[in-house]
Amino acid sequence: MMSIVQQLKKDKIAMIGAVIILFLAGIAILAPHITPYDPIELDLENRLSSSDVNHLMGTDNLGRDVLSRVIYGARISLSMATVVVVIVMLLGIAMGTIAGYLGGIIDGTIMRVVDVLLAFPNIILALVIAGILGPSLTNVMIALSAIWWVGYARIIRGSVLSVKEKEFVEAARAMGCSDTHIAIRHILPNVLSPVIVLATLDMGHIILSIAALSFLGLGAQPPIPEWGTMLNEGRPFMETAPHLMIFPGLMIMVVVLAFNFLGDGLRDALDPRMKEVMMK
Amino acid sequence: MTLLSIQNLKVHFHTEDGAVRAVNDVDLVIEEGETLGLIGETGCGKTVLGLSILRLLSENTKVEGKILYKGKDLLKLNEGEMRKIRGKEIAMIFQNPLTSMNPVLTIGTQISEPFELHQGLKKKDAIQKVIAILKLVRIPSPSERINEYPHEFSGGMRQRAMIAMGLACEPSLILADEPTKGLDVTIQAQVVDLMKELTTNSKTSMLLITHDLGVAAELCDNIAVMYPGEIVEYADIKELFKNPKHPYTQGFLGSLPGRGLKPMNGMSPSLIDLPEGCKFHPRCPFARERCKNKRPEMVEIGKKHFVRCFLYD
Repeated sequence: MMSIVQQLKKDKIAMIGAVIILFLAGIAILAPHITPYDPIELDLENRLSSSDVNHLMGTDNLGRDVLSRVIYGARISLSMATVVVVIVMLLGIAMGTIAGYLGGIIDGTIMRVVDVLLAFPNIILALVIAGILGPSLTNVMIALSAIWWVGYARIIRGSVLSVKEKEFVEAARAMGCSDTHIAIRHILPNVLSPVIVLATLDMGHIILSIAALSFLGLGAQPPIPEWGTMLNEGRPFMETAPHLMIFPGLMIMVVVLAFNFLGDGLRDALDPRMKEVMMK
Repeated sequence: MTLLSIQNLKVHFHTEDGAVRAVNDVDLVIEEGETLGLIGETGCGKTVLGLSILRLLSENTKVEGKILYKGKDLLKLNEGEMRKIRGKEIAMIFQNPLTSMNPVLTIGTQISEPFELHQGLKKKDAIQKVIAILKLVRIPSPSERINEYPHEFSGGMRQRAMIAMGLACEPSLILADEPTKGLDVTIQAQVVDLMKELTTNSKTSMLLITHDLGVAAELCDNIAVMYPGEIVEYADIKELFKNPKHPYTQGFLGSLPGRGLKPMNGMSPSLIDLPEGCKFHPRCPFARERCKNKRPEMVEIGKKHFVRCFLYD
């Protein structure tokens, strides 16, 4: 584990990603203390003002401070994406392990469900589910969790299939371990590293999907300061007050980039073949 | 007292090419405190026999006969009862310690598992026992090395750690499947010495599966010689080396460097396509017409010396 951290430290791009993520996480946590204004407080005398000393990112059509809203937006996006990633990881790992370890009909059933879900683009399915459930942040999280686990299940199943044939699994059985014990204690630790990489990369994708669904009106509802919702609200004023769209848009881009940088770095650090190349 | 008694054991696998008859009508007895060597060529069913005792073979395997351990038939136990036997009553030492240990768990975590599983110890107390047992198998500074991973151990140390894992719960029977394979000669000698010391100091019995006659000679009290799927000769270790009776045993011993280095004719038959009658007749210099049709029975030709050959009828 130590060597992975050391390896990451050598990777400048991954470090940039990590620093950006830590910074955003910091401001998200401290949001109530560092925002200059209340993100949903109206100030109708200061509508659509551009960047100045009082409002660093200007104000929107209802006079709300964009900087405060963007900071609160980080809070919503990061926390929601984290919850979704944790849920899909747990669900995917459980399904993948069950399918790979037990095999047979159970494996067939789970993997057919996975195939069906993979046949549709994620965002379309999420749109349908969120549309049926009705617009709200919770429903977007449910919709994304319901479809996103399949990638994890697939990766885990593949690794479990190869690991379960290893001799140490037989040795564990000869020692008197039960199937559950073998699956959790002996097989899982061997298959987790690709999942960690995938989860990091997916943080970015999930933030993007949440913003997309909110932009389409299925996610966060006004006046919640969610980045996608803010983009949607700023759309009518795109020509007169472009800052309403630029700042939330920039934030989405920076976050997604940061998670991709870190994810790529992690993948290289966890790949033993890359390790040898870097040591030479 | 008889610890393990195998009666009429048959193990068959079904494959696309036909039934693989890996073990055919094997009878074996292991007494308390005895070390029995099971020797034979690669692919003669030795390992399958060992795995069938612990019921570790895949589910599509057909196992018939009886394996009586302390009077209980292991083949009739359910999975939960079997788990209580594995590791606690009968432990197995595998042949390749690098692949038989989990690469992502530390040595300490792995060896503490049998203590946690079978003695209900907490991790913290189990670790103390692990340190003690690693000391017993002479791993230097065990309290530090328990935090290392298998790849950080040398080959000999890994094998000793495997032995420690097998011995953890003081089992009555150890199944050692080629414990010295892949080790160089000096390390091999150390491992053999260690196993000798550990088995003679306790009442533990051992089934040593090997094709290394030198190791067998060091460790065993009795030897069973296996030739595709069946036992062809059984004798006391000294008797077997001095007075081998079965033509296969004679050929086997004759091929040793110290005894003339004479190769045997032919190849071991495939387990799918075993010859009729005596399995050894196509290679046997003394084969007669009768050997081709009829399977010889085990005959007792001396004190505790059995052989499956028509020459001694």
